[in-house]
Amino acid sequence: MKKVGVVVFPGSNCDYDVYHVVKKVLNLNAEYIWHKDTSIRDYDAIVLPGGFSYGDNLRAGAIARFSPVMQEVVKHAEAGKPLIGICNGFQVLVEAGLLPGALITNTDLKFHCDDVYLKVANNDTIFTKDYNEGQVIKMPIAHYTGNYFATENVFKELQDNDSVVFQYCDVDGNVNNKANPNGSVYNIAGIMNKGKNVLGMMPHPERACEPLLGSDEGLGVFTSILGGK
Amino acid sequence: MWSAKIIVEYKEGILDPEAKAIKSAFNTMGHDEIKDITTGRFFHLEFKNEIGKEEAETKLKEVCEKLLSNPVIENYKYELEEVA
Repeated sequence: MKKVGVVVFPGSNCDYDVYHVVKKVLNLNAEYIWHKDTSIRDYDAIVLPGGFSYGDNLRAGAIARFSPVMQEVVKHAEAGKPLIGICNGFQVLVEAGLLPGALITNTDLKFHCDDVYLKVANNDTIFTKDYNEGQVIKMPIAHYTGNYFATENVFKELQDNDSVVFQYCDVDGNVNNKANPNGSVYNIAGIMNKGKNVLGMMPHPERACEPLLGSDEGLGVFTSILGGK
Repeated sequence: MWSAKIIVEYKEGILDPEAKAIKSAFNTMGHDEIKDITTGRFFHLEFKNEIGKEEAETKLKEVCEKLLSNPVIENYKYELEEVA
């Protein structure tokens, strides 16, 4: 049975949500990984969950990336295994250099806690193969530092490698300024690395896996990687 | 003993949210004479007594580049000085 490791940093607060989805919605194995662990088990996928690791001190994700467990997380990623960073997890991944670019303050200087629509910009990935290309899915965002920034060169590289996975859009799938909640370049909501095994995204798929919660359209991220359901 | 004072600032064009908020307060205060403002962070480090200048500078650069600043969006500058 597939096993997912969910890293717990001091200040993580979406760890249980991910654990719940894997265990109770998909009936697969999930385990927490403590941030101080220096050796970890073999996982089919690792998730860096959302939250405010280390109180967002210095910069969001900047301290967590030096947590002892991150060396193991890097090894996992270097072995080509799936690694997802959600929200604060995405911030940790860019700080750690596992994904390019940076996440900066939302353009309007407001914390956004909303449902948003995302366009699946690339469904030819291990994270999105259960979606159709261009499919519009709904899930929540909850962040103040989600404005994706990349230099022109990095942005070009992202496009050349089809690394943009999710873009903010309106309900009809139009990617425009009005549908951009935080000022991200190119409405970027999620990207992956060149090796196509590391995904970072600001929206919360783990909070959109059951109809009771208003949307189960985030579940595809988990089923794409893990199968099941 | 070597001591370092470090300033980390946003690169040009990167949103400086605190500056934006402070600027709007300047405006409501009537301070139209202030054209612009940027913000940054200040850090003060003290090295252990036995650390010489060269080693201090090497280590200083390392923490500036890897932790205290994010080179994608920020620049840093420092002053290293010997103190009693």
